[in-house]
Amino acid sequence: MQRMIRLFAVLLVSIVTLLGASAQAQQTIKVAYTDPLSGPFAQVGDANLKQMQYIIDYINDHGGALGKKFELVPFDNKSNPSDALIALKSATDQNMPFIMQCSGSNIAAALIEAINKHNDRNPDNRIIYLNCGAVATELTNEQCSFWHFRFDLHVAMKAEVMVRAIPQDVKKVYLINQDYLFGQSVQRDVKTFLAKNRPDVTVVGDELIPLGKIKDFSPYITKIKASGAQALLTGNWGPDMNLLIKAGIDAGADLRYYTFYAHLAGGPTAIGPAGENKVFAVMSYSENVAPEIGNKEAEAFTLGFRAKHNFDFSAAGFRTIFEYLQAGVNKAGAVDATKIAFAMEGLSLKDYLGFDTTMRKDDHQIISEYFVGVFKKGVKYEAEGTGLGWQTAATILAKDVDQPNTCKMKRPRI
Amino acid sequence: MEVFVVSLLNGLVYGMLLFMLASGLTLILSMMGVLNFAHASAYMLGAYFAYTISLYLGFWVALFLAPILCGFVGAAIEMWGLRRVHKNGHIAELLFTFGLALIIEKGVQMSWGLLPVPYRVPALLDFPLFSIYGTHFPAYRAFMLLISGLMFGAIWLGLTRTRIGLVIQAALTHPEMAGALGHNVPRIFTLVFASGTALAGLAGVIGGNYQVTEPSMAFTMGPIVFVVVVFGGLGSLAGCFIASLLMGLLQTFAVVLDYSLADLLRVFGVVVTSKTPFAEVLTVSLPRVGALLPFILMVLILVFRPRGLMGTREA
Repeated sequence: MQRMIRLFAVLLVSIVTLLGASAQAQQTIKVAYTDPLSGPFAQVGDANLKQMQYIIDYINDHGGALGKKFELVPFDNKSNPSDALIALKSATDQNMPFIMQCSGSNIAAALIEAINKHNDRNPDNRIIYLNCGAVATELTNEQCSFWHFRFDLHVAMKAEVMVRAIPQDVKKVYLINQDYLFGQSVQRDVKTFLAKNRPDVTVVGDELIPLGKIKDFSPYITKIKASGAQALLTGNWGPDMNLLIKAGIDAGADLRYYTFYAHLAGGPTAIGPAGENKVFAVMSYSENVAPEIGNKEAEAFTLGFRAKHNFDFSAAGFRTIFEYLQAGVNKAGAVDATKIAFAMEGLSLKDYLGFDTTMRKDDHQIISEYFVGVFKKGVKYEAEGTGLGWQTAATILAKDVDQPNTCKMKRPRI
Repeated sequence: MEVFVVSLLNGLVYGMLLFMLASGLTLILSMMGVLNFAHASAYMLGAYFAYTISLYLGFWVALFLAPILCGFVGAAIEMWGLRRVHKNGHIAELLFTFGLALIIEKGVQMSWGLLPVPYRVPALLDFPLFSIYGTHFPAYRAFMLLISGLMFGAIWLGLTRTRIGLVIQAALTHPEMAGALGHNVPRIFTLVFASGTALAGLAGVIGGNYQVTEPSMAFTMGPIVFVVVVFGGLGSLAGCFIASLLMGLLQTFAVVLDYSLADLLRVFGVVVTSKTPFAEVLTVSLPRVGALLPFILMVLILVFRPRGLMGTREA
C-alpha cells in the first residue's frame, strides 16, 4: 500500500513538472489579474476582466513584446486582502512577472507590502504590481514602492478635478464615502480641496458607510434632503454607487451628483433618464471622447469592443497600461521584473487618444489627461441602452492634474 | 418631521419584508425545533425563480408561480432530507440545513452566474405613488406593504380560524398528543415547512427587485432573520411581527440619527476629547454601527429574557 502511495506521488510530481514545462514552452508573458469575481463587487471585476482581455488581444495583434504575447490569468479575490495574497503566491510560484489589481485600496496596500517582502527575498523571481484602479493617495506617497506602478490618477488628483467641476451656484454639499482606506482618502482629500479652492462651499454632511453592505439607500437620501445639500459628492463604486444614485433618483431628490465611478458597469442603468444633466463623473474615458476629439482610430478600437460585448467600454484607458508594458518590456530587452521596472519609470508615451502621459519616476504614478463627463441625451454613443450617455464637460491635460508627492522611493541595487 | 415620516415609511417596508421571511422560520423553528439555516436560501431562490419566470411570462405570473415552486422545494427537503436526519438529533439537522444553504448558493452561482441579475420592478408599478415633503414614495414599496399585509392577515386567519390551523397550533406545543389523537403529525410538519419556504420565496419575489438579486443575498439576509425570530420569541407570530417592524425601523432610523456615545455622555456632563480613554469607540456615530444594533439587542434579550418578546418557551 505504502509503495502504491509513493508511486502515485512520484507520478503526480512528474505530471506537474511536465505541465509546468509545457507552460514554459508556450512563451507568453503572464499577467496575473486579481479582483472580485464573486460577491457583491463581482460585476466590477467581471467587466474589468472582459475589457482587459479585449485590450490584451489588441496589443498581441500589434506585436506583443519581444515577439511574445501577453496572457491574462484571472484569480478571484472576493474583495478580500487575504485571497489577493493567495493569488500573489500562485503568481510568484509560477514565475509570473506581473500582477494586476484594480478594485480596493486596502487590498492594494496589502499587495504592496507583500510584494516588497517577496522581491527582497527572491531577487531572481520578482514581480511588478500594476495598479489599474486602487487610488488611495497614500499608495504612491507614504506607502510608495519601487514595484508598484499606478495607472490611474490618485484620489487627491481626482478630488481636485471634481471640486473644480462644481458650479458656482452650489454652496452646500454632502459627502458619502465607503468606510475603508479609499473612502477615507476621498473624504479627506475632497474636504482639503474644497477648503482650498471653494471656501464659499459648506459641507453639510459627511458620512462613511460600510463597504458593500447597504441594499437600500433611501434612509440616506432622506437625511441628505433634510440637510439642504445641493450636491452629493461621492467616491463610491460598484453597488454602493449604483444603489445610492438609484435611491436618490427614485425619491426625486433635487440633487446634483459628483462622482468618481457613476460611468462604470450598472451606473447608467441605475441613473436612468430622470438623471439627465444631474450626474457628473470624473473619468479616464467615455466612448464619446474619441468622436468628440475626432480620433477615428480610437473610435474604431471602441466599436470593436462593442461588437463583441453587450456593455460599455468604459475602461478603454487600460490600453495605456499595456502600451507601457509593451514599451517597458521592449526597452528592458528581457522579461525580467527588475529590468522592466527600471525601464518603465520615467517613461513618456502618447496614449491611444493622442494625449501626453508620463509614468512619474519619483513615485510611479501615471500623469495623464482626465475628463469630467455629464450624463445627458443626444450623445453619439448611449450608455447601457438608456438613450443617454456621457458628454465630456471638461478635459484636463496631464500637466494640469500634476500634484507634488512625498514618496521616498527605495530602489533595488542591480 | 419630514425625516421622521419618510424614515417611518421606509422602515415599515423593510420591516414587513423581514416579517415575511421570519414568520415562516419561526413556525418551523418552534414546531420542529429545526434552526433552518437554508431559510434565507429560499428567499434567494424565490428571487431567482421570479427573475427567470418574469423573463418569459411576466412579473405577475412569477408572483404566484415562484413561491409555489419554492414550496415544492421545501416539501422535498422536508420529506426526503430533514425527516431522515431528524432521527439523529438537532445537531445533525443543523448541519444538514447549513450544508444545504451552501449547496443552494453554489447551485445558484452555477445556474445564474456570479453577477447580479437584472431583475427589475414591473413597469406597471414603476412610478412614484405620492410625494411627501418633496420625497417620492415609489408605488412598488406600497405594493410590498400591501402584499406583506395581506400575507400577515392570511396566516393569522389560517392559524386561528381554520381546522388545519388549530391542528398546527396543537402540534406546536404537544406533538405527541396531537399524534395520539389521530392527526398525521409528519404531514403537518411537511405542510408547515413547505408553506414556510413558500413564504420566504414570496419575500424573495418582491424583495429581489427592491434590493439586488445576487448569489450572496441569502447570506446577507440570513443572520438578521434569526435575530428577529429569537427576539420575537419562539412560536409567537405576534412577537415575530413586532420584532420585524422593530428591526426594520431600528435599522432605518439608525442611519438618520447622527448621535454617538459621546453625545449621550455629554448629557451627563462628561465631555469626550481625544484624550479620553476609548475616545475612538465613544465617538463612533450611530449610522456607522446601525447594522450591529439588532445583534446587540439579540444578545441583551438572550441574557435578560431568554424566551423572547412574546415567546412561550425558552429559546
